[in-house]
Amino acid sequence: MFEFCSNPENLSGFSWLSCYLTTPKHMNLFYSVGTVLLLLLITAPTALLFGFGGAVMARSKILLIKVFGNAYISIVRGVPDIAFFLFFVIAIDQLLEWTRHKILCPEWSEPIRQGNDFVVCTIAKLPLSSSPQWIHEIYGFLLAVFTFAIVFGAFAANVLYGAMRAVPKAQIETAVSFGMTERQVFRRILVPQMWIFALPGLGNLWMILIKATPLLFLLGVEDIVYWARELGGTKTAKFTSYPHGDWRVWYFLGLLVFYLAFTRISEVIIDTLMKTLSHGTPTLGGDLQRQVGR
Amino acid sequence: MSCLDIIADYGLRSIGLGERLLPRSDFTLCHQFTLIGSGMIWNIYFGTLALTSGFILATLLALGKASKNFYARKLSGWFIFIFRGSPLFIQFFFAYFLFLSLKQNFTFLSPLTSAWAGALFVLFCNTAAYSGEIFYGALQAIPKSDLEAADAYGMSGFSRFRRIVWPTMLRLAWPAYTNEAIFLFHATTLVFFSSFPAWQQRGDALYYANYFADKTFNPFIPYPILAGYFIFLTLILIGLFGLANRKLNIHLPKDKHTKIKFRIRLIR
Repeated sequence: MFEFCSNPENLSGFSWLSCYLTTPKHMNLFYSVGTVLLLLLITAPTALLFGFGGAVMARSKILLIKVFGNAYISIVRGVPDIAFFLFFVIAIDQLLEWTRHKILCPEWSEPIRQGNDFVVCTIAKLPLSSSPQWIHEIYGFLLAVFTFAIVFGAFAANVLYGAMRAVPKAQIETAVSFGMTERQVFRRILVPQMWIFALPGLGNLWMILIKATPLLFLLGVEDIVYWARELGGTKTAKFTSYPHGDWRVWYFLGLLVFYLAFTRISEVIIDTLMKTLSHGTPTLGGDLQRQVGR
Repeated sequence: MSCLDIIADYGLRSIGLGERLLPRSDFTLCHQFTLIGSGMIWNIYFGTLALTSGFILATLLALGKASKNFYARKLSGWFIFIFRGSPLFIQFFFAYFLFLSLKQNFTFLSPLTSAWAGALFVLFCNTAAYSGEIFYGALQAIPKSDLEAADAYGMSGFSRFRRIVWPTMLRLAWPAYTNEAIFLFHATTLVFFSSFPAWQQRGDALYYANYFADKTFNPFIPYPILAGYFIFLTLILIGLFGLANRKLNIHLPKDKHTKIKFRIRLIR
């Protein structure tokens, strides 16, 4: 990257390090930090949307929808989350391929599951075997995002369901007595008021989501864990101009510090947000503020 | 081959007894149930040992964080922050590579590079930090009147701690601690996915479930089996902790018992 990096053997100390850390391979590590942030950026709103849907379904008056919503909320209880991640990635992939197979190759007569194989016709493959590498990578990433959204959507549904129940009954009753319909009550009273009750839970969820991002590695995405392992391993002078021993421990120390900083900053921001938002609300936080003000 | 034969061959496979090779074809439901169940031995091993040993350190950490001593406070605060603020997955990786490099200088540390000791150590620290924070919160919530009553009886020092502070802290923390225990057991599934080698394919339940899902390319059988086992384990845990909760609250009238509520807090 820098001019003086052209001959690494003559370098030492800080300039060696600055050259070492800017090799094209290291750039991949920095890009993968971007991947993690992108995942968070996409997953957080999607999971919130899933969660909202789940919470609304769990409150439904129609039994079937209610059961479905409650089942969605409670799937995450009692079972390790990694099992869900590993499960959904394959399951969603197979579901998509199976659907495409049924639509695109209706004349296909052989069974899809043949012993230990999952066989669909060539044009139903996802992504198509002829498509370039980057499409495969994006498809993998999208599967991972979707999996994250499903699992975290269930957590968010739990939080939002609780928040909706925490909105004071008097508020709802007042709205009803003003002649609002059920829809209006939901849109104008319940949803705007529930956020303050949901915020602690959602903040907690955000921290959990950050700490779950290294699991991308398990889903086959080339994320920071992948690159830290890759770059940290012993490099001999034969293959690189920056030979070094086993440095994986340092790379993972770096990741540890990265995550500590990330969660710490989030924590501070969430606390501030909480303080601002609970100002004047009928919650414990708001009450405390009033007492301090007095 | 009947199911009993399979159980005889693979029932203790995860600790190295029975058949050497894992099944390679003709996977039956019985194979999957047996092998995944056999893997649960490791989950229970990690969970139980980490929980019991972590409990002691957690108590110390909570006391340290609440203590008046500057160094004790900072030390426990940082310990809790580091283990709660970073993903367990990264902690496993970091610890494994750390132990690998330590091994070259200190040979007596070599067991730490295998899962049974190294991963257990990480889980021990991790659960100690999480429960330490729970206990610290409970310590802060002990009613002043209890302490004043203890003072009035002339208790001080260790006897006050053993008879008043500690039981009250446990009682207040118990519902949250139950959840911590459950999620510790769930977290044990990460061990064999984070560099710690599954020596001779002796892995935990998720390791075998993943093995079957890879081999049969059908996730719809092994993962639900795993889920079943874990729900069963969770129910047993809730039962056991419920018994302990009854014991802790035995002097209170029935309606004042703190109920154990199952709340989510997943992934660390």
